[in-house]
Amino acid sequence: MSDARDPTQFDPVVPNTGEEYEPLEVFPDDEDFDLRPGADSCYKCSTCDTNCPVAEVDDDFPGPKFQGPEQWRLKQTDDDYEIDPSISECSNCLRCDTSCPSGVNLAQMHNTARGEYVDNQMSKLSVKYIRNRILANYRTSAYFASMFPRTANFFMNFGPVRWAMEKVLHVPSEREFPEFATQTFRQWWSERGGAKVHSDDKKIAYFHGCYSNYNTPEVAKALVRIYEHFGYEVMVPPQKCSGTPMFANGMLDDARRHAETNVEELTAAIEEGADVVASCTSCSMALRNEYPELFDIDGIDDLAAHTYDAVEYLRIHTDVRQELEAAEVSGELEEEFAYHAPCHARNQGLERQAIELFRDLDGVAVEDVGESCSGISGTYGWKSEKYEKSMEIGSEMFEHMEESEGTTGMTECPTCASQMEHGTGYEVRHPLELIEAALID
Amino acid sequence: MAIESDVLVIGGGLAGLSSAISAAREGADVRLVTYKQSTLRQASGLIDVLGYTPDGEGPLTDPYSAIPELPDEHPYRLLGEDTVREAMSMFDEVVDTYRGGHTDTNALLPTYGGTVKPTARYPDGAAAGLASDDRDLLLVGFEAMPDFDAPHVAAHLEAAGVPFDVRGETIQFPGDLQDDAKVTRYAKLLEKNGPVEVRGRERGARDALVERLNPLIEDEKRVGLPAVLGDADAAGVRAALEAELGVEVFEVPATPPSLPGVRLEDRLFEAFDEAGGNFESGNPVVSFDGQNRVETVYVDKQSARIPYSADQFVLATGGLVGKGVESDREHVYEPIFDCHVEHSEDRYDWFDEAVFGDHPFAGFGVDPDTELRPLDSGGSPEFENLRAAGSVLGGHDFAAEKSGSGVSIATGYHAGRLAAQEAQ
Repeated sequence: MSDARDPTQFDPVVPNTGEEYEPLEVFPDDEDFDLRPGADSCYKCSTCDTNCPVAEVDDDFPGPKFQGPEQWRLKQTDDDYEIDPSISECSNCLRCDTSCPSGVNLAQMHNTARGEYVDNQMSKLSVKYIRNRILANYRTSAYFASMFPRTANFFMNFGPVRWAMEKVLHVPSEREFPEFATQTFRQWWSERGGAKVHSDDKKIAYFHGCYSNYNTPEVAKALVRIYEHFGYEVMVPPQKCSGTPMFANGMLDDARRHAETNVEELTAAIEEGADVVASCTSCSMALRNEYPELFDIDGIDDLAAHTYDAVEYLRIHTDVRQELEAAEVSGELEEEFAYHAPCHARNQGLERQAIELFRDLDGVAVEDVGESCSGISGTYGWKSEKYEKSMEIGSEMFEHMEESEGTTGMTECPTCASQMEHGTGYEVRHPLELIEAALID
Repeated sequence: MAIESDVLVIGGGLAGLSSAISAAREGADVRLVTYKQSTLRQASGLIDVLGYTPDGEGPLTDPYSAIPELPDEHPYRLLGEDTVREAMSMFDEVVDTYRGGHTDTNALLPTYGGTVKPTARYPDGAAAGLASDDRDLLLVGFEAMPDFDAPHVAAHLEAAGVPFDVRGETIQFPGDLQDDAKVTRYAKLLEKNGPVEVRGRERGARDALVERLNPLIEDEKRVGLPAVLGDADAAGVRAALEAELGVEVFEVPATPPSLPGVRLEDRLFEAFDEAGGNFESGNPVVSFDGQNRVETVYVDKQSARIPYSADQFVLATGGLVGKGVESDREHVYEPIFDCHVEHSEDRYDWFDEAVFGDHPFAGFGVDPDTELRPLDSGGSPEFENLRAAGSVLGGHDFAAEKSGSGVSIATGYHAGRLAAQEAQ
């Protein structure tokens, strides 16, 4: 029964509010990422927990309130505290970070804790570590595969090869490897002779990331044509992986190496008057949010402040909304689309822009399939031990896609797209492809 | 270049959504920007209009009849009784999963603490729990969810003198969930009848729960559970349980994090979407351009400032909890437009020494004219095209009066409507 105190016995101490008060600096500035001040902003309202797609399907996962602020508080009092292994069950969707009403930096806490866990507590000889490192360094695999794309496409989805990968590396044989394009975007770009439009004051530097270079160059080509249509000079600087799969696997050293190249090349473009745009929402999110939180590289804040999602940049700087209102789409993309907003688009406040932009576009209908996470979260769903969890998280999205009018999917994120296709069999397109179909003859 | 609309609403809680929906229904092109998730997730999901007078009289039977007696500066007095009624009618049209609109009279509902709370609207899912209903009641809690201690709640209700017998029981939720399992985990399992392991066998969570509840029910015709019965399809979960148990099932309105609050938020965003509104979240409004009129506000995205221009603006950023009203050791202020917030210079006057005393801070906020435009210290509107709604308004102590939802809906409705009319 109740163990409530007898209220008549309650005798609080009178606060000594009359005395002079000198605030103390509890956390002096230091060079390391000390996340404890952020932990102290958490008042445990649990908003983050209600947004966690993993905690919704797995009660063994303690959720973001524990992973973030509670874990950092534990570290505060115990220097020997070890990061809880459950950090590797976090899918890095970072919805917790976006939802927190107190501005607790959950993304930075999760990424830093994951990095510490991999550095100090994970065996570098374990199959898991080796597999995660291969998955995280997708760009390297894609680079080699793109030299012999047809051969790679055949072997990567060849039954016996996939069986062996499942057995040796724990990569689930249910998944289909993405097709490699026979010509990469960068090959197309140099064959084309680079930019067709030159401008002194309207320049963008395109961060195409790995996927639209090696797998879906049609998205990258659409971006180039749209920006040239609006009078922009497109630059395509040398670049490496944005680092997203590396953050998600706690491999911050790999991520930093790539980040150094990206920061150097892209800040050079910014010097020339360009803003940076990305067609993949995880890439823009990495450059904007994670870079300044995790690395201290010269120019990194400048890069974050000049990076945009490609569609967002058009909405801010061009008449794309008005042009789309007056346009119509016919032919191959005259479709009804089931649109899914990637978590990393949501993190940047972009979850509604496709719905909004295409609302008055004749010839197409775009329906939002709701708030659920697709569940693949980059490399997360590519691990045998997480495959079922990934599909369970995605089940709500699959259901909503089946219920929607359209039978073609739409999303900005390449791995969400592969999950959408995997769960429903729908073909999936990028909003840039639809803008291209509407505005460019 | 800027992102443009007729009306721009800043804030995505109950007040912001009410004003956005109200403006969209008037035919305006409306955009809503919200920084983080709102305090709806920390709210019970009940819609209170007025439970107690500022002097503590109550629980009130009829909230509307008390409006003329409220202090002059109270938001309800500025709007008038009729506008509050119209706003509640809009809420009833928009949110068809709530009840209570058939009468002016407050309903009385049990809470997680075992108190009985006066409220004007309540979710379908709480309806069978009315304290005015004289049917006996069984409350059942789950061991791993200490927030809801059913025997304790039952004892409190008995002590409050409810007109029925009430018992409380605690059971283990099937599947032996972890102690800190999230409310969303319970909701998902019940909605999908998801697999749980019971005595070595895999069962549907809902089926297994029914088996545990059945033997507990004696003569009661209604059973109350923690508010975790589903998320997107709460009605379906309840119907399935009722069909199996042969009694009415209800949720006791929750403590944070609150699924009834989440469901209400989802429904309001859906309604705004249906009305053709645009919205975006995750980034704060940090500054603005304009002298007598607000011309443009700037949304901060990783230190890039994105301009949003509109003809009319609504400030619905919340109060002290929602961070629409901020304070430091010297001042209390409204952080975006720096609208005047009346407060004593001596911060020791901001609170009362008694914990449940009459705290001035509870009423801190901007003071508006009858059009809900915030006034400067001289009593003139700060800006001709900026209106405020919800907890950012001063002049009321929603926690003591139980008026938070009603003030948000009524001022939101009014601000949105006026903004839309002016913009067209």
